[in-house]
Amino acid sequence: MRIRRFTEPIFESLIKICGYSSGFVVLLIIVFLFKEGISFFGSSPVEEGFTMYVHASNPVKDLSAAQIKDVFDQKITNWKALGGADQPIDFEFLPKCIDSYMDSLPGSLAFFPSAQTDGKLKSAIPIKIDKITVGKFLSDTEWFPTSRPAARMGVMPLLLGTLLVSFFAIIIALPLGLAASIYLAEIADERIRKILKPVIELLAGIPSVVYGFFGLVVIVPLVQSTFNLPVGETALAGSIVLAIMALPTIITVSEDALRTTPRAMKEASLALGASQWQTIRLVTVPYAASGITAAAILGIGRAIGETMAALMVTGNSAIMPPTLLQPVRTIPATIAAELGEAPFGGLHFQALFALGCLLFIITLIINLLVERVSAKRN
Amino acid sequence: MANKLETIDVHLHYGEFHALKGISLAIPDHSVTALIGPSGCGKSTYLRLFNRMNDLIPYTKITGQVLMDGEDIYKIKSSKIDHLRRTVGMVFQKPNPFPKSIFENVAYGLRVNGISDNSFIENQVEKTLRQAALWEEVKDKLKKSAFELSGGQQQRLCIARALAIEPTVILMDEPASALDPISTGKIEDLIFELKDQYTIIIVTHNMQQAGRVSDYTGFFYLGNLIEFDKTKKIFTNPSKQETENYITGRFG
Ligand SMILES: Nc1ncnc2c1ncn2[C@@H]1O[C@H](COP(=O)(O)OP(=O)(O)O)[C@@H](O)[C@H]1O
Ligand SMILES: [Mg+2]
Repeated sequence: MRIRRFTEPIFESLIKICGYSSGFVVLLIIVFLFKEGISFFGSSPVEEGFTMYVHASNPVKDLSAAQIKDVFDQKITNWKALGGADQPIDFEFLPKCIDSYMDSLPGSLAFFPSAQTDGKLKSAIPIKIDKITVGKFLSDTEWFPTSRPAARMGVMPLLLGTLLVSFFAIIIALPLGLAASIYLAEIADERIRKILKPVIELLAGIPSVVYGFFGLVVIVPLVQSTFNLPVGETALAGSIVLAIMALPTIITVSEDALRTTPRAMKEASLALGASQWQTIRLVTVPYAASGITAAAILGIGRAIGETMAALMVTGNSAIMPPTLLQPVRTIPATIAAELGEAPFGGLHFQALFALGCLLFIITLIINLLVERVSAKRN
Repeated sequence: MANKLETIDVHLHYGEFHALKGISLAIPDHSVTALIGPSGCGKSTYLRLFNRMNDLIPYTKITGQVLMDGEDIYKIKSSKIDHLRRTVGMVFQKPNPFPKSIFENVAYGLRVNGISDNSFIENQVEKTLRQAALWEEVKDKLKKSAFELSGGQQQRLCIARALAIEPTVILMDEPASALDPISTGKIEDLIFELKDQYTIIIVTHNMQQAGRVSDYTGFFYLGNLIEFDKTKKIFTNPSKQETENYITGRFG
């Protein structure tokens, strides 16, 4: 008795410490993520240590990353298209000497290391490059994070790709999951249920790389041959694999919800002459509706956040606009694929963190939705 | 009077457990039969034979005959079970309205049986709510959720719901056990009214209630039917010692 009185406060404070510290760690992670992600905005898309120069007489004072890329790709060849005088653009990537190059060419545009040129220039002046903003990040339709001289960091194709893959994943998974959960909860006899339920729960625990591998070996060739495509790694293949991955969650959560329908409610329905199907349709499913919704949202959450399988089967190209039968690139797959090659602390690195922030916000919204739906239940 | 319902040597096993041990009993048409006995003796199980509700419980085995109007209801095709349940209404121990409006609760049985004529449904809802002595209390809030009603009102709603599909038999499993005395009185009055048109079997724990509402009484004990007779006879001059002990409160 005495020992109890002595140990209880200790356990209590231990539990409290654990609670506080894990909360603190979570907070720290979020702060870290957003610190890295936010410092991305306001920086210049031109690689650090380099500057874009124009001839001192050039009336054009600023350029956007998109315009620079177009010049680089020779889609724009005249200053007129950029709001300047009618003269051809002479683009030079890392000239030997900036001044001697600039002097002779009034239409010149050069990409040159900034440190070597400070205060020693006669005819070349730096041109302002538009900073990266949240608006541009969200609306730009090109993702070329490593392109030089200026990187394009438009999240639109990735965001749309993620939403497309997830949306179709849920379109596939929800009816199947609902049907399977109804079967398990209402129709399967006890013996079958006792075997199937743990098997399905087990499926939820399989590492996603295994699903990805399965997708690569089975789903991708299937999609390719069914639709007669040049490549099978498509948004559709991603949707199918993610649907398979989301199924266990959807099935178990909605089966639990269906089983909360009171027996008395079902018996009342059957006793009134309703068939089993009528009872399921009119009593059991409506009663479990909010739980089923929560299951669907959880499934979407799983699909949106899924990295490995998406990386393996979607083909990873940021095509705009993304379509079902073409390769797509999702946000998590982008982060996973590019983080290794992005220089630590650089612009690309920060851009990937900004993607992480976006993903965090999306999943946060989904979780809040789940909370609201399941709160309505009580 | 003809026998509406009859069981002949019915045994029921829940898995290994022998819940009904050879029950033979004939229940006359247009009568109220009370089933009494200590809890766990098989009253509910027996009652649920008549609308095949026990079928829903896995590992249940039933032998013997259960006749309704002379036909064995355990020999009908499984597709006819819904139809059987339409002719046998049931009121459960705890009020169990659907999470729907008052109107839709009563209309439910009609709708699932394929009736879509709205004016017929409206008439039927009003008629059965009146029969269940609930109409005056709910006529202005038919669209409100059934959960807004009191327990007693909910139970009368469940009775109206059972009556709406015009069954010929009504099974009541301790319909007043969760209710206050006033609601209980209303339900008993209702049973009295319904007796002319229906064959009613009511399970009850309450001796006075059995005495007040029923014509016949069956006493169950440990899965056996000990005695079945006119209610008056059972309560004044039972032929079995166990029955007398139970009625006089010496056990159970
Ligand atoms: N679903 C079931 N599974 C197993 N045993 C049951 C089940 N339902 C009832 N029983 C058992 O059958 C016996 C009779 O139950 P029941 O008919 O509900 O009794 P009563 O209604 O007289 O209280 C009890 O011993 C009970 O434990
Ligand atoms: Mg009972």
